[in-house]
Order: sequence, then structure tokens, then C-alpha cells
Amino acid sequence: MHFEYQVTGGDFTNAGSTSSSVKKTLKQLNVNPSIIKRTVVALYEAEVNIVAHAYKGNIYVDIEEDAIVISLVDEGPGIPDIDKAMEVGYSTASVSVREMGFGAGMGLPNMKNNSDKLTVTSEVGKGTTVEIYNRLQ
Amino acid sequence: MTVRELTKKANLSVFSGEKGLDAEITGGYTCDLLSDVMGHAESGNVWITLQTHKNVMAIASLKELSAVILVKDQQPDEDTLHQSETENIPVLGTSLQEFEISGILYNLIKS
Ligand SMILES: Nc1ncnc2c1ncn2[C@@H]1O[C@H](COP(=O)(O)OP(=O)(O)OP(=O)(O)O)[C@@H](O)[C@H]1O
Ligand SMILES: [Mg+2]
Repeated sequence: MHFEYQVTGGDFTNAGSTSSSVKKTLKQLNVNPSIIKRTVVALYEAEVNIVAHAYKGNIYVDIEEDAIVISLVDEGPGIPDIDKAMEVGYSTASVSVREMGFGAGMGLPNMKNNSDKLTVTSEVGKGTTVEIYNRLQ
Repeated sequence: MTVRELTKKANLSVFSGEKGLDAEITGGYTCDLLSDVMGHAESGNVWITLQTHKNVMAIASLKELSAVILVKDQQPDEDTLHQSETENIPVLGTSLQEFEISGILYNLIKS
């Protein structure tokens, strides 16, 4: 099964709607609840990062027999130092984004903790691609 | 304990999401950092926060929390109320600050 979604940078009102839709689909497919929980946390954080840090992005979700693979491809400023960005507490979020309670620098660590495999690639000035891979059993 | 029992015992007001008042509470989580809640709250938890915007409901729904308690007489945003109604996750209110309401909740849930 293949699904595609679009995300607009700065659009906090719709942040999380892709995660919510994917969660519904996984529930309908009777996926193990703990796998749904992990996948939803990882996807939500990646989705919100496009909203908070990039200009726009596409989310591609592939649900296969044995795994779910989610690719989030954005156009944005990119991440100069991915290792640093992965550290708990590291954030470049703006003041207004922090006031909403985002910007703790915990999103990427949450993604790491909630995926079987997380791949982040980025080109400064172009954009970032995040791939979340979770086994379904 | 259900959310309804909690509202009575802790003297909380109910802004919205009345249909979710009979959900069972599994514990509580107090935090204003959304990613911390996303990473560490457990399903059925009551979330105590001063954040009032709609993203709070997105997280409450994705994490299957039982209710949200807004502290210090904070009012939920209009779209927060709306999503609380559609998700049946109650948004509750108190005049107390986070430390005080967390203490009350802690004692109620432990006993
Ligand atoms: N898609 C992205 N495009 C550009 N920069 C990003 C992207 N994702 C993450 N970053 C960079 O990595 C940093 C750390 O990301 P992370 O998600 O861990 O924390 P955060 O988004 O700042 O805060 P939180 O997720 O706790 O709300 C960000 O502050 C930002 O500098
Ligand atoms: Mg983030």
C-alpha cells in the first residue's frame, strides 16, 4: 500500500494530520499496537520538523507485508551537522516555535528511539530526507 | 479512576470533550515541552500543561491520553476545543499551578 501526503512549512494548525491518518490506516490493518505507537511518535516528530524547520515537504508511506517505510522529503535549509542535530537538547527553533512548546531538541532522539532504522540525509540550502523503517512483526 | 471522578475529586472544570469523561486514567504527565510528552507520556495518562493550542490535542490523540488539564485558568484555543470534541478527549481546567495540581493528582491516583 502506498500513500502520499504534503506538508507546508509554518502550518502548525495541520501539524500531525499525516500522523493521524497513518495511525488510522495501521489500526484498520490490525498492526500490533506497540508498533503503531512507535511509528506514530517517529512520524509525528518528522512531520513537525518539516513544519517547524523547512519550507515544504512530501511524505511517502509504504506499508508492506513485513514493514512500514516512511520517507519525508523536504525543501528547506537542510541540516549542517546531523550528529549534532541528533543530540538531545540541540535546537535551532525560533522563539515563536519555542513558545508553543516545540524546540526541546527531542524530536530526532524520539525518532531514533521509535524506529528500527532511521536514516537522515541532508544538503544545506536544499533540504532534508528522513527515512523511518519499522518492522511490522 | 475515571476522568469524571477526577474532575470531581480535584475540582476541575470541563471545557470540552464530555464524551470522553468515562475513560480510565493510567497516571499523569506534567510538561510543557511537546516532544517530551510525545516521547514519554503513556496512553491513558492525564497531561497537565499550560499550552493551550491545537497541537496539544494532536499529541493527546496520537498518544491516546485520557485528558488534558490546563493550569492557572488558561483558556483553550477555539480549535483546541473543536478537536477535543471530535476526538472525545476532555480538556479540563484548574486555577492551580502545575506543581499543586500534579501533587493533588498524584495522591488521588496513588490512593
Ligand atoms: N527537516 C529539517 N530541516 C531543517 N533542519 C532540521 C530538520 N529537522 C531537524 N532539523 C534541525 O535539527 C534540530 C534538532 O531537531 P529536533 O527535532 O531534535 O529538535 P527540534 O525540532 O528543534 O525540537 P523538538 O523536536 O523537541 O520540538 C532542529 O532544531 C533543526 O536545527
Ligand atoms: Mg523537532
